[in-house]
Amino acid sequence: MKQTEFLNVVMPFKDKLFRLAKRLLVSTEEAEDATQEILLKLWSKNDRMKQYASVEAFAMTMTKNFCLDRLKSKQASNLKLVHSNYTDGSASLQRQVEAQDSVNWVEKIMESLPEQQKMALQLRDVEQYSFEEIGKLLEMTPAAVRVALSRARKTVREKLIEKHNYGIA
Amino acid sequence: MELHNIEKLIEKYLDATTTVAEEETLKAYFLKGDVAPHLKEYTAMFTYFSVAKEETFTKQVPLKPRKRNYKWLSVAAVAVLVFGIYYGNDYREQKEAEYVLHQTKKAFGLIAQNLNKGTEKLVYLNKFEEAKNKIYKTN
Repeated sequence: MKQTEFLNVVMPFKDKLFRLAKRLLVSTEEAEDATQEILLKLWSKNDRMKQYASVEAFAMTMTKNFCLDRLKSKQASNLKLVHSNYTDGSASLQRQVEAQDSVNWVEKIMESLPEQQKMALQLRDVEQYSFEEIGKLLEMTPAAVRVALSRARKTVREKLIEKHNYGIA
Repeated sequence: MELHNIEKLIEKYLDATTTVAEEETLKAYFLKGDVAPHLKEYTAMFTYFSVAKEETFTKQVPLKPRKRNYKWLSVAAVAVLVFGIYYGNDYREQKEAEYVLHQTKKAFGLIAQNLNKGTEKLVYLNKFEEAKNKIYKTN
């Protein structure tokens, strides 16, 4: 497969890979590195690429596994991810909660979710994948995806209400 | 009427039983602005989801080096092949010509040798002439 051909295949979903990586790794730089790594890995396998039913699904699974491995090795080596605006959050909240702020809060709330729920929410509400697709990606049954997604949505909502009330008071 | 519908959809949404199309309806409602006060928190959620989808991967992926190496390698290989065939052919033709020349020379040599043998024998014809002359003289 030629380079241009490869790029044509990869173009439509490279942003999805990046957003999933960012959802898991939080930092933009790390997500960029991870996406780059995944694309290079795909490129090195490009002769086998036509065999995959869906290159996108394959790439998404690769990204998921890659990022989870990253997180694991980070925990093992006791390196914490940089949540640069994590502590600042409560301070800004005490000032006044504006509409824009609560939108940013959703991102922070999503960071605090367990990984499965985080990914389910990302893949469904941001990328609009079907439950079957998400199930395959996360190695869960569609029913389990539903449960995770429902929990994630409820948690985000509850925490938003909490923050909101707190901000007003 | 619409609000009632939205409330129903929200309930389904929280149970994760909405379809993608229904979620699109919800998103459209919350992004439109005019949202019922008791549903305000969903505005933030849906706004964030649509904002999050806008994020793109802008970093360049360095695919080129590997590609270029292969390209030049194949160009070089083709060049060598063409040279090989071209000059190789010339060389082969030359060798063939030399062989043919050699063979022809050998053949000519053989012919010449045999021809000489033939002419040697022709000497005996002179005997015949001598004998004839002798006979005619004596008569």
